Amino acid sequence: MKELFQQLNKAFDNKIRLGVMSVISVNRSATFNELKELLDLTDGNLASHIKKLEELDYITVHKSFFGRKPNTVYEITSEGRDAFELHLKALEAILNKQ
Amino acid sequence: MFFLLFTEREKLNQRFNSENLFNTDCLLVLFILFYFAIQSTFKMEQKEQYVNEIKAIRQMMEQSSRFLSLSGLSGIMIGFYAVVGAFLANYLIHNQVKPGSSLVSQLFLLAVAILILSLVTVVVLTYRKTIRDGHKIWNKGTRMLILNLTVPLISGGILISIFITRGFFETVAPAMLVFYGLALVNAAKFTRQEIYYMGLCQIIIGIIAALIPEYSLIFWALGFGAIHIIYGSIMHFRYDHNTKTKKS
Repeated sequence: MKELFQQLNKAFDNKIRLGVMSVISVNRSATFNELKELLDLTDGNLASHIKKLEELDYITVHKSFFGRKPNTVYEITSEGRDAFELHLKALEAILNKQ
Repeated sequence: MFFLLFTEREKLNQRFNSENLFNTDCLLVLFILFYFAIQSTFKMEQKEQYVNEIKAIRQMMEQSSRFLSLSGLSGIMIGFYAVVGAFLANYLIHNQVKPGSSLVSQLFLLAVAILILSLVTVVVLTYRKTIRDGHKIWNKGTRMLILNLTVPLISGGILISIFITRGFFETVAPAMLVFYGLALVNAAKFTRQEIYYMGLCQIIIGIIAALIPEYSLIFWALGFGAIHIIYGSIMHFRYDHNTKTKKS
């Protein structure tokens, strides 16, 4: 049982980071504004959590411009996908055991 | 934990010289009960937290990639349009009303009228439902849904038009059913799962209609009419009905 809890990823303790990973894992990519609308967040709040996921190499960032407007697109990395899947499997295993 | 409790009891017993044995036993039982009560509520809370977490993940995944506000009621309505249309077509085929215009162009006009009426119904009712649910109409799910619906539908539409101009009339009803079914199966990834099974039903009915061409109008009414009504009601009572009772 304890081993299962250790498999839960600390990075996904936070609801916002979990939300970002869920959206990005299903869709091929998501823009900053799409994530903001879906998760109902402010700019600063989302940016800080995205930075953390970026530091862990779970997501990659592509920045470009639509005319003058910046367009930031996020994609999941293979490491991020593995980590997220492991986390989901651990959650499932814990729920099945109890 | 229990080992500790028992050693504690031994110590207590020694201290009270087994005079108060009953009391220490009582205490021990209470303590064990208390321990289990705390642990089970703790476990329950944790379990609930994880269940909620998984629910939130699922919801995010669906909301970001699927269009879930498809109106079941509109499915029922377009089913009725199709049945009425099939009766009208049957009437036109068996009694030539206006001898001036040809039967083919009359049937074609009828089909176009049903198509436009159905599209307007679906768009209006679904738009209303999306507003009521408080969702965005134009998200990734909608775009992917429309794109995946239109590719098989337009290619089928062009093919069927060619069949009509060449005079292969018996292929029209089965081809309409099969292409519509393929469009639904293709688009189901971006909306409710029921659409997938509805598409499969349409394809099967289309293939049977091709095997028995003399009854193809009946199969057309079955596919576009009955199947729409059945799946429309399933979706209406599964999703729309529930949200209404929840809100009231």
